[in-house]
Amino acid sequence: MSRAQAPYTGVAVCAPITVPYQRFSPKPAHWWAGRALHRLRQATGLCPADIDGFCFASFSSAPDTAVGMVQHMGLSPRWFDHIPTGGASGVMALRRAARAVQCGDAELVVCLAADTNQIDSFRHSLAGFSRFSQDAVYPYGFGGPNATFALITDAYMRHYGITREDFGKLCVAQRANAASNPLALQRKPLTLDAYMAARPIADPVHLFDCVMPCAGAEAFIVTTPERAEALGLKMAQILATIERHNAFPEDPVQMRGGWVMDIDGFWQSAGIAPDDVDTLQVYDDYPVIVAMQIEDLGFCPKGKVAEFIRTNEFTVDGDLPLNTNGGQLSAGQAGAAGGFQNVTEGLRQILHMPLGAQVPNARIAAISGFGLVNYDRGVCTGAALLEAMP
Amino acid sequence: MTASREKRDPLARKRLRHVPSGLRSRAMHALSSRAAQGRFMLQACAECGTATYPPRDACPLCWGELAWMDQPDGARVLCETTIRVSTDLYFQNHMPWRMGKVQLDAGPVALVHLHGALHSDDRAVVRMMIDRGGNAALFAIPAGETDLMGDPQWREFIVPIQGRIVLVSDARNAIGRAVVKELQAQGAELVVAGLPGPMLASDAADAVYTLDRVQTIALDVTDATSVSEAASRIGGPLDIVVNTARHVRPGGVSANPGFVEQRRAFEVSAMGLSRLASTFAPMLAGRPNGAFVDILSSAALGGDASQAGFAAAEAARHSLLQSLRHEMRSAGVRVMSVFTGAVDDADHQAVPPPKVAPSRIAASVADALLNGREQTCVGDVAQDAMERWLADPALFAREKNL
Repeated sequence: MSRAQAPYTGVAVCAPITVPYQRFSPKPAHWWAGRALHRLRQATGLCPADIDGFCFASFSSAPDTAVGMVQHMGLSPRWFDHIPTGGASGVMALRRAARAVQCGDAELVVCLAADTNQIDSFRHSLAGFSRFSQDAVYPYGFGGPNATFALITDAYMRHYGITREDFGKLCVAQRANAASNPLALQRKPLTLDAYMAARPIADPVHLFDCVMPCAGAEAFIVTTPERAEALGLKMAQILATIERHNAFPEDPVQMRGGWVMDIDGFWQSAGIAPDDVDTLQVYDDYPVIVAMQIEDLGFCPKGKVAEFIRTNEFTVDGDLPLNTNGGQLSAGQAGAAGGFQNVTEGLRQILHMPLGAQVPNARIAAISGFGLVNYDRGVCTGAALLEAMP
Repeated sequence: MTASREKRDPLARKRLRHVPSGLRSRAMHALSSRAAQGRFMLQACAECGTATYPPRDACPLCWGELAWMDQPDGARVLCETTIRVSTDLYFQNHMPWRMGKVQLDAGPVALVHLHGALHSDDRAVVRMMIDRGGNAALFAIPAGETDLMGDPQWREFIVPIQGRIVLVSDARNAIGRAVVKELQAQGAELVVAGLPGPMLASDAADAVYTLDRVQTIALDVTDATSVSEAASRIGGPLDIVVNTARHVRPGGVSANPGFVEQRRAFEVSAMGLSRLASTFAPMLAGRPNGAFVDILSSAALGGDASQAGFAAAEAARHSLLQSLRHEMRSAGVRVMSVFTGAVDDADHQAVPPPKVAPSRIAASVADALLNGREQTCVGDVAQDAMERWLADPALFAREKNL
């Protein structure tokens, strides 16, 4: 039994920033980081000297880490962190920065994820992704994440009776959400028929189950409510967060994620229930992981997600507005920035400053991250509940 | 060399042969070295005994040290996929590619190459193969009898003989004659039988050399000109080279060294291998399943005081073979070692049994090709020598030279 989580008193999350994604970019991750900071300056008036905390995530900044990035961007922070967890990096950056601010180790933390996508860089980043991958995954057909998640999807579908049509409904809803987001890379309407007829990539994963790798950057600020107010920024508070890595290593196939281990305390700390959530922003590298999060975060019982999908609507005006910017499946997957999208989009919806359509009266966002396929499953998971502050 | 051989436009664009990525951890190389010996081994914890995979540097349950242990090769298929898109050049050329995840009877789960007849929940046997890049790879096949050769993925891990063109470097000695017969019987399209020294009148009527799909060629591995002339005469595609050349003679180092014999042994075993490899490797590299099989003495492992010159030449051959294997990895050409002890032939008239029949060596060559075995030890003497050498090389060298 874990100790109860202390509340995030005196912490404000604000200033969601998105640098418009590009399918391919010849520019390095540093350029994308610079564009995000520049947009942040335009939105807040902050300059380098105002930032005393920095939290950075990237797959493509090598050989630089947060250290190189701090000097590159002219920052002199008294606290920084480097988060190498891809799809879980947004939630992890949020909760680390929050405690730093709450405890006074920093007053204003910029959380930033930036990644480039040069032509053919995806192949190179796959080949050396992790030791287990190079030794025991990629030599087996080199299907990349598509193959890894095909195996999980195959097992999930057979075990829980979820069908391609169910996954298709999620993908079609997210594409509909992307229609109003001018920054989404894929906005062409997607029908269920087109989803079903798409070519197979790694059975049972088909084309529209896969994200499009791209270049982009995302950022947000964690600071005190006083500072946010002084800057004139809309803000949200953190109701609760969780994080878990390498959960259930004994499961032969990943049928559940680390959320399950901590989910009861999560809702308890927040003092709310899934029904209170106005919009759900989950990591969506593949629809099976979306389905898994809906279950493991408690929106429906385990094994019942097929029924849940069939009886709910996930568009911006639906019962459970899901990945309202289109998610990575439609907006694009900008490396580690893909793991920040859930935070920035959730924040935008509850602060009522959306990129596209607004979820009516949104006040509470649930955010969930999932990242880093080191071998046969995503190792890192996390979740957060944000509520708009008056 | 004959009118029936394939005619190819020398200016036509050749199909490039790619190999899977070779980037591996040191622990994975350790697994590959065991796979090369034909063993199904995984690491197990020295403290808690738990088997682990992929290879690690600490037990994930108790952080104990890991040691390589033989493991049961049974498994159950958990899930499967057919990969249709890959960014890798080798796999792009071999799409679609089936792979899956299995629950090994040994304990861990593993991603595997999946035989076409296997599906989720099936029982399987997992073979520890060597992939075209030279690294260990787990391949799940149906537990019962099945037509492995019919599976296109399986054929990537082995070297088919049927329909292939083979060169046997010395078909005059007993081993070479047996290899010619065996590979001809296995359905090789053509076995080119190399004959060193002057052609004999009896060659024209020899029962082996006159077999259908067998042709003789003058080939002396101690003579660079002879080797390159043979290559010119073969000219067209060549899939497999089996190096059967050897020069076995008794003799010591300070006592009765027999310098002429010793020099000859080095010319055949060591320099001969280099001449063959440098001439024929480019031809093998252009083929979809090229292989270089070398038959060498287990005396290569630790020396042999009673035939010191021969053992030294074979040790040099063993060393060259390992370097050749490294060179050939990038071309996807398999380099296979077949170790033998004393052979039941004219060279070992003075040696008491056990001796290995040349036909058994030839069967091992075919088996190595058809099962993709990187290293084979034929007969009790070679098997015993390999076991002792692996266990304690210093003790083995001392015992062989007492």
